[in-house]
Amino acid sequence: MPFSSLETLKQRLDQREVSAQDLAKLYLDRIDAHNTLLNAFVHIDHDHVMAQAKASDDYRAAHDTPRPLEGLPIAVKDIFCTQDGPTRCCSKILEGFDAPYDAHVITRLKEAGAVLVGKTNMDEFAMGSSTETSAFGPCRNPWDTDRIPGGSSGGSAAAVAAALTPAALGTDTGGSIRQPAALCGLTGLKPTYGRISRRGIIAFASSLDQAGPMTSCVKDSAMLTAVMSGHDAGDSTSVMDAPTIDWLGACDQRDMKGLRIGKPKEYFIEGMDADVRATIENALKQCEALGAEIVDISLPHTESAVAAYYVIAPSEASANLSRYDGVRFGQRCDNPEDLNDLYMRSRDEGFGNEVKRRILTGTFALSSGYYDAYYIKAQRVRTLIRQDFLEAFEKVDLIATPTSPITAFALGEKADDPLTMYLSDIFTIAVNLAGLPALSQPCGFVNGLPVGMQWIAPAWQEDCLLGAASAYESATTWHQQHPEAFQ
Amino acid sequence: MDIDVRKIAQLSRIRLTNHEAQELGPQLNSILGYIEQLQEVNTDGVAAMAHPHDSAMPLRSDIVTNSNRRDALQAIAPQTESGLYVVPKVIE
Repeated sequence: MPFSSLETLKQRLDQREVSAQDLAKLYLDRIDAHNTLLNAFVHIDHDHVMAQAKASDDYRAAHDTPRPLEGLPIAVKDIFCTQDGPTRCCSKILEGFDAPYDAHVITRLKEAGAVLVGKTNMDEFAMGSSTETSAFGPCRNPWDTDRIPGGSSGGSAAAVAAALTPAALGTDTGGSIRQPAALCGLTGLKPTYGRISRRGIIAFASSLDQAGPMTSCVKDSAMLTAVMSGHDAGDSTSVMDAPTIDWLGACDQRDMKGLRIGKPKEYFIEGMDADVRATIENALKQCEALGAEIVDISLPHTESAVAAYYVIAPSEASANLSRYDGVRFGQRCDNPEDLNDLYMRSRDEGFGNEVKRRILTGTFALSSGYYDAYYIKAQRVRTLIRQDFLEAFEKVDLIATPTSPITAFALGEKADDPLTMYLSDIFTIAVNLAGLPALSQPCGFVNGLPVGMQWIAPAWQEDCLLGAASAYESATTWHQQHPEAFQ
Repeated sequence: MDIDVRKIAQLSRIRLTNHEAQELGPQLNSILGYIEQLQEVNTDGVAAMAHPHDSAMPLRSDIVTNSNRRDALQAIAPQTESGLYVVPKVIE
């Protein structure tokens, strides 16, 4: 049962075969058994989880219709503010921080009857691709515990892959949902920018950040996104008139007849793992067998995406993270000499190296004399990257690419070389710059490690992503494979 | 280009030890060296894109929607007194 989908668990709850308290106990026991090794969760409150499960069972007993996620255990990344228990963003600087309010998506999950099982590990402030920069220590990949789970939502990915929870939430600024989903053999969806409110999600790069689900199958991602999406008056970037979608209905698609899939040549390049490439090529052949037409396309500015991202994201981060000043919340250094010393030492002691690197990079790009050459230049390139996609979508319905050029790498392998680490996001970053929706799903294995295929759709067409991914999933069994050590 | 790490760190209000500055300097230079490739992209006449949305920000009615939560918000501050945030003396 632990590896069941949310959909299956929901049916069993609805048929009274299990209670929310049974499920909560089951997953808490698995967390107790495996978390010491995986370090997927950084905060668990057993009593609070059981109390939520009991409240859900009581609700079910008292009402004719259960709520959409009634009694289903969901884990959330430590970046979501939750009123109950700590929120750390896996940074030392937020030690002792208890959020005074819930993130909008947390409110939505609670209103839908979900049982929140705990906070998951992540790269500090979501800055990383391996969950090694966490102040709580690195998280491990259940498929090979000497390897990283991807990042920055690596804790959520590892937790779902090892069935310590049936589903989890992540956030995605440059690939932080899709890349760990790919490296851990899961489905991960980054919705269109503006689909889900960012209120109460600790900000990294505000024009790129978006929350989304990480699940064991496509329909579960649809279930969660259906609950989380929609306008929130508290976030002016959550779009008011976004086209609505039949989230669950979109998952009934079983073939790809008439679907035109774009295959961008810039995503099948020298330097990527040859076996990963072959796995994606195979998956695309399966899509053809399901009725799709594969169309060769070009996204000519892809090569500049990583460079543009590593100007724009750090610039926004340097502004967003200026709030951690040791005055209103978070950590303050001992015995500050003066106000400047208070700022400088609190931030030195509180931030880890990767966060410092990004703040410094962003401060440089925004500083007098460099602003036009770096920040404005990167924003112009961002326009070109979006135009590439708009032009491609005149010829095709969807774009398919590898999610990551490589499978999960060994812990420590890239930790000392920030630039090499940055390049592991090469296939996911352009999507955030353009604000598009994208989904990663498992499509094979290389040496026992999962490989993910990324689908990219025009803005607001998540139904198209879910349809194609459901058709592929129904014809394959990759999503039903689980790491042996955790069965 | 050689970036002046100490100056940037001062602008960022982050103290760097000598050891940190020695380590971060070359790393930042390698990142900036990579970013330098942007200069090769022809962006003549291309508008800068600050945000994925073309639409204007939505407006709401000008009414008070939040309540006074000073106590809850100050409970998480490092040091407060009489409803104010306390910092080291700024004016001699």
